[in-house]
Amino acid sequence: KIESLKVTVDFLKVPLGLKKPPLKEALAAVPGPGRPKPLGVERHKPRRSDAMDNESQYSGYSYKSGHSRSSRKHRDRRDRHRSKSRDGSRGDKSVTIQAPGEPLLDNESTRGDERDDNWGETTTVVTGTSEHSISHDDITRITKDMEDSAHLDCSRHLGVSLAGALALLAFLTPLAFMLLPQLLWREELEPCGTPCEGLFISVAFKLLILLLGSWALFFRRPKAFFPRIFVFRALLMVLVFLLVVSYWLFYGVRILDSRDRNYQGVVQYAVSLVDALLFVHYLAVVLLELRQLQPQFTLKAVRSTDGASRFYNVGHLSIQRAAVWILENYYHDFPVYNPALLNLPKSVLSKKMSGFKVYSLGEENTTNNSTGQSRAVIAAAARRRDNSHNEYYYEEAEHERRVRKRRARLVVAVEEAFTHIKRLQEEDQKNPREIMDPREAAQAIFASMARAMQKYLRTTKQQPYHTMESILQHLEFCITHDMTPKVRRGHGGRYLTAGPTIQYHKDRWLAKQWTLVSEEPVTNGLKDGVVFVLKRQDFSLVVSTKKIPFFKLSEEFVDPKSHKFVMRLQSETSV
Amino acid sequence: SQCSAILSFSFQQRIEIHKLRQGDNLILGFSIGGGIDQDPTQNPFSEDKTDKGIYVTRVTEGGPAEVAGLQIGDKIMQVNGWDMTMVTHDQARKRLTKRNEEVVRLLVTRQSLQKAVQQSMMS
Repeated sequence: KIESLKVTVDFLKVPLGLKKPPLKEALAAVPGPGRPKPLGVERHKPRRSDAMDNESQYSGYSYKSGHSRSSRKHRDRRDRHRSKSRDGSRGDKSVTIQAPGEPLLDNESTRGDERDDNWGETTTVVTGTSEHSISHDDITRITKDMEDSAHLDCSRHLGVSLAGALALLAFLTPLAFMLLPQLLWREELEPCGTPCEGLFISVAFKLLILLLGSWALFFRRPKAFFPRIFVFRALLMVLVFLLVVSYWLFYGVRILDSRDRNYQGVVQYAVSLVDALLFVHYLAVVLLELRQLQPQFTLKAVRSTDGASRFYNVGHLSIQRAAVWILENYYHDFPVYNPALLNLPKSVLSKKMSGFKVYSLGEENTTNNSTGQSRAVIAAAARRRDNSHNEYYYEEAEHERRVRKRRARLVVAVEEAFTHIKRLQEEDQKNPREIMDPREAAQAIFASMARAMQKYLRTTKQQPYHTMESILQHLEFCITHDMTPKVRRGHGGRYLTAGPTIQYHKDRWLAKQWTLVSEEPVTNGLKDGVVFVLKRQDFSLVVSTKKIPFFKLSEEFVDPKSHKFVMRLQSETSV
Repeated sequence: SQCSAILSFSFQQRIEIHKLRQGDNLILGFSIGGGIDQDPTQNPFSEDKTDKGIYVTRVTEGGPAEVAGLQIGDKIMQVNGWDMTMVTHDQARKRLTKRNEEVVRLLVTRQSLQKAVQQSMMS
């Protein structure tokens, strides 16, 4: 029903001090797009502040990778500083603006207030308790938050240190259990021979295994920064905390207070804690690693600009984790985004731009006037006969021919260039001046094919992606490893086709910052039919989920003796 | 429908072939295919691919069969009164090549004949 347009506006330009004027006018003051823009503003943050009306919630999704921060920190920070008006994002603020069905400048200023519920159409993430609409206070808060973003790094460090402290506590507790009686009431303890020693050894090894396991499982450079709590990790932390606390409680009451003399019992108590921790670790392995392995859903990721799409199979994941998974695969599966290739050539498009003028006779009170008008314009334009498709076709054919010609020239140039280079054999006697290392060899042959390569790249509009330095490096690579020119040309489809994004120079990857837009809370698990969008400034990835169907496999027994055949004749006899 | 049932009965042609003596053999000058022991789906001449009848697959030029009016694709229903619709291939051959018979009278049915009459009935 309500169509939502999304416009990303850089909110750094928002003027301050917008307290109570209707939101429309506030946004009309935004110098961003300049044209009448729809109303709804939504920014979501995971906050619960009493000062907020219950309609406004925010969540900022910026999504950074490559930092050595784990999601635990962020989650802990949020848990503990809920009341603070802190934003979960930093750096570029990207705000998604959503429209209700009507454009801004209808003569409806009086109806602005009743429209509140219509703005409720969310397609951005909300927490469980939030409704979603706009509040004017939010705009001021947004600008204030941007100044506070510097403090966030500290919060993340705090989170990880908290987790580390908990882990250390859990690790040292059994040792403390065993050492305290020795330190405090050593004389009163019953002697404990072989069983205790056995238990000591088992505790030592179990702790070692726990240490190695924790290192393998947890101490990894996190690959992404999640906008929300990683539910399973939070669960595990809470579990460990409760476990340790309850063990300390019992220890304090039963053993410390009463000065229990049975040392073996104390040691066994400590061993039981270590066992429990090992089982928690097992639970962590299952929840964090194993559950998502068996494929349950098929995700289809489509790039919005050119329609490149891929399918991936994933298991049970939350939406944010699925988003990370998709992004990891995006970088090596999708051909690089080349904005120059997107649009129709200008000569074709220019003809389409002549518009129709629409005059409305009579009625002015219809609200769907504008949509009706636009529909009429589109229909009329479609019916009008124009030959731009013809031009497009010929333009395409011409371009194709040109590309092929250049490509042929490039191929020939490369082949010739490589015939000049030969690997130096040991027994060859050569003048030391003529001996080159790969770099010089690459430079030597680059000159002969530079022109052809340049022309080719220009035709396929790839030249922004390949600097001379990168080409030389690639040549050097090929020469060092004795690759034939064919390989060198087809290497990863490197030059002749647009390769996956990850092979280009790091600068090309531009922002690793993505915005996750979803209708459901991002910590929800994937379900059939969930759709979420990963946005960047100039394009976005639309991801949709489908459940892998339940296969009914039935068995049919074929008796090997049942394979019998007859001849099928068709003879012809002359009489 | 009732019309065509009666009419299809009469879309049969009687052909009388006088055998030609060639050395020790009496030949008729055509080839047959089909039979209840054969694969009816490979018969190119039959309309119904489950028809296991005997069909004329080739007619020698200038031979006695051509002279008598036998055409390629004809289905042989009877030979000298013997039924040929439910016989094996070899039985059919034997019935056509009896050494003591110099003339064979065939009852054949032809698709083209049927269709032509049907069309003229409809128009």
